[in-house]
Amino acid sequence: MLLEELNAIAEKEKAARKQIRIRCCMSAGCMSSQAAEIKQALDKAVADRQLGDQVEVQRVGCMGLCGQGPLVSVEPEGVLYEQVTPETAGTIVEALAGGTAQAQRGDPTRPFFSRQLAVVSKNGGRIDPERIEAYIEAGGYSALHRVLHEMTPPEVVEAITKSGLRGRGGAGFPTGLKWATVAKSKGERKYVVCNGDEGDPGAFMDRSVLESDPHSVIEGMAIAAYAVGASHGFLYVRAEYPLAISRLQIAIRQAKQYGLLGEELFESTFNFNVEIRIGAGAFVCGEETALMASIEGRRGQPRPRPPFPAESGLWGFPTLINNVETFANIVPIISWGAEWYASLGTEKSKGTKVFALTGKIRNNGLIEVPMGITIREIVEELGGGAPEGTQIKAVQTGGPSGGCIPAKLFDTPVDYDSLMKVGSIMGSGGMVVMDESTNMVDVARFYMQFCMEESCGKCIPCRAGTVQMYNLLNKILERKATLKDLEALEELCDMVKHTSLCGLGQTAPNPVISTLRYFRNEYLALLQPEPGEEKAYNNGQTAGSATTR
Amino acid sequence: MRMKAAKPPLPSQDKRWKIIDAKMRKLGYQSHALIETLHAVQESFGYLEEDALKWVGKSLRVPPSKVYGVATFYNFFTLKPGGVHTCVVCLGTACYVKSAAHILEAIETFAQIKPGETTPDKQLSLLTVRCIGACGIAPAVVYDGNVAGRLTPDLAIEKLKGNLTHAS
Repeated sequence: MLLEELNAIAEKEKAARKQIRIRCCMSAGCMSSQAAEIKQALDKAVADRQLGDQVEVQRVGCMGLCGQGPLVSVEPEGVLYEQVTPETAGTIVEALAGGTAQAQRGDPTRPFFSRQLAVVSKNGGRIDPERIEAYIEAGGYSALHRVLHEMTPPEVVEAITKSGLRGRGGAGFPTGLKWATVAKSKGERKYVVCNGDEGDPGAFMDRSVLESDPHSVIEGMAIAAYAVGASHGFLYVRAEYPLAISRLQIAIRQAKQYGLLGEELFESTFNFNVEIRIGAGAFVCGEETALMASIEGRRGQPRPRPPFPAESGLWGFPTLINNVETFANIVPIISWGAEWYASLGTEKSKGTKVFALTGKIRNNGLIEVPMGITIREIVEELGGGAPEGTQIKAVQTGGPSGGCIPAKLFDTPVDYDSLMKVGSIMGSGGMVVMDESTNMVDVARFYMQFCMEESCGKCIPCRAGTVQMYNLLNKILERKATLKDLEALEELCDMVKHTSLCGLGQTAPNPVISTLRYFRNEYLALLQPEPGEEKAYNNGQTAGSATTR
Repeated sequence: MRMKAAKPPLPSQDKRWKIIDAKMRKLGYQSHALIETLHAVQESFGYLEEDALKWVGKSLRVPPSKVYGVATFYNFFTLKPGGVHTCVVCLGTACYVKSAAHILEAIETFAQIKPGETTPDKQLSLLTVRCIGACGIAPAVVYDGNVAGRLTPDLAIEKLKGNLTHAS
C-alpha cells in the first residue's frame, strides 16, 4: 500500500457517494430493536420509488442516544428520527419525495448532542463500520502512514506524552509514560494488547467504539506497536459483545487485504499483525495481569506487580496494555497534534471522555464530553434531568470500583483527581443515575455481591472479605444488624482495601465506603439497638412513654 | 528435547470435531489455544462435555486438571447441556436500577426454575449475566441470542412465551 493508493480509495469512495444519505444506526442497542429490519424497509422503499441514483441507505455505528433508538438520520439535511419501526421506516423515504414521515422527529440541536465534543466517537453514526473504504475516506490510516514515514518511534512516544493522555481504563496512568517504559524495555519480542474486557456493569463505551469504528482502535494499536517496537498485538474482547467481535474480525480481514496489517506496512520495514482473543466471562480479566493470563490460555488470576507488564508481560516479554478508548485517542492526537489535544480538558486531565449515561435519566445513551465538565452539566443538560415526577439522588461512577456521588456535590468537575477527592473514580466511564426510590444500602449490597462472585479466589482478603461484607450488608438490610456490625463492616472495608492483591479487591469496598460517607443515615435507619442496650432501653420505656415503639 | 506426542484421534465421526480440530491447528496446537478451543467446543456442542475436555487437553498437551480449572473458572463455559431455548436476564447496574430483579423473579415464577437451571422438559434454560452493554435500553433480556429491551415483568413473560412456542 502506498499513500497514493490510500488516497485513491478515499477519492473513489467520495465519488460513489450519493446526494442523500439515510443513515441507520446498527449498533447493539438499536439492533435489538429491529434496526436490521428497518434498514431492509428503507432499502426496499428506496428501490420501490426508484431513488437509487440519489439516495443511499448506510449502515452506521452508534449515534449515542441509545435510549431513543432505533435511530435514523438523513444527511445532508441533518434530520434525526427516533424510535423508528420497520413500519414507519418507509415513510422516511417518502418524506424525501414530498410526503410526510410517520416516524418521530428528534432534535439534533438539543444539548445532548450540542454539548458533546466528538474525538473518539468522531466516526460513530457517520461511517459504515464494516467497510474499510469508509474509514479510509474519513482520513483513516493516514496517521499510520505519517508516523511510519515522518516520525521516529521516540517522536511518537514524545507526542503522546505531550498530549497529556491518561489511561481511559479507569486508573488514569499517563499513557506516554507507559509507552516510554515499554519502548525502553529489552526483549527479543514485544506485544501490544488492547483491553476490551469492559466488565463494569452499566458501561458500554468500549463496545460502542469497537462496533462503530473498529479500525480506529486497530490503527491506534499499530501506531503504538511502532512506537514501542512491537510487531504483534492482541485484542481481548469479552464474549458478551458478539457484534463487536464480528466487526473486529471483518476489520482485521479487510485491513490485511489492503496491506494495512501484515508485513512492511506502507513500504516501510514495520510489520504488525493483530489477533482477537475472546474473553469468557470473568470480570477480573479486566485487570492487566489477569488478562494476560487469560490470553495465555490460563485461569484469569492476577499476579503481584512488579514486575509490571511493561517489563515482563505476555510470556515474559515486555507488553503494552491499553484500554480500547485509549487506543482510539491515538489517531486524533497524531492527526490533529499533541498541542491541540492538550488544549482540551483540565490541567491534569486532558482531552475528552466517553460516558455511558444510564439509569433514571431522560436521555439514556453514550456521550463524549471534554474533561472538566461538571456532573451537573452532564446530568441536567445533556441527560435532560430526571424523568417526570422523580428526583435525582446520586450518580454512580466507576462501577464496582467506584462510588456514589450525591446530588449536593454535582458541581464537581469530571476529571481524574476531582472524582477521586469526592470518593469515587473516573473509572472506565459508566455513569448510572439513581433517584429517590433507590436504597443506597441495597446499591452497596448489589456491588458487593458482584465483587464477591467475581473474586478470583487467589488472595484471602478479597475472597473471604467480600463474603463477610456481603453478609453484613444483608444483615443490615434484613434489619438484624447493630452498630457493632456496622463497625465490623467499616473495619473490613479498610482491611480488604489495603491488603488485597489486585485492583478488584482493593477497590471492592469503595461502593460501601462512599455510600457510608454520604448516606450514612440510610444505614443507621436500618440498625437495631444492641441486645443489652435494648433491655436497658425497654426498662427505660416501662418507666415512662411507651409510644415510641 | 521434548518428545512430540502423537495427536489423539477425533472422539467420533461427528463433523463438529473437525471444526474444533481446525481451530487448534490454526493456533499451532499450543497450550495458549485452550480458551479459544473451549469456545469452539461450546459453540459446536452447546456445552463442554467430559470427553471433549479430555480430548482438547490431550491435543494441546494441557493436563486435565488445568483444562477443568479453566472450564470452571470462566462463567461463560458450562459443563451441562442447556435447554432448547435460553433466556438470559441482564443484571447490570442500569438494569438493576430499573428493577431487573422483578423481571427475574417473574421469570423464575413462570418457569419454576432458578438461574443456572433448566426446566425438566429441557425446553428452557434460565441464566443471568453481568452486563450485556445494552444499558441504553435497560432493563434487557436476551432470548435465544436476541436482545429485548425496555421490558416490564409482564412484557418479559409475554416475550418468553412467544419464544418458547417458536421451534428452534
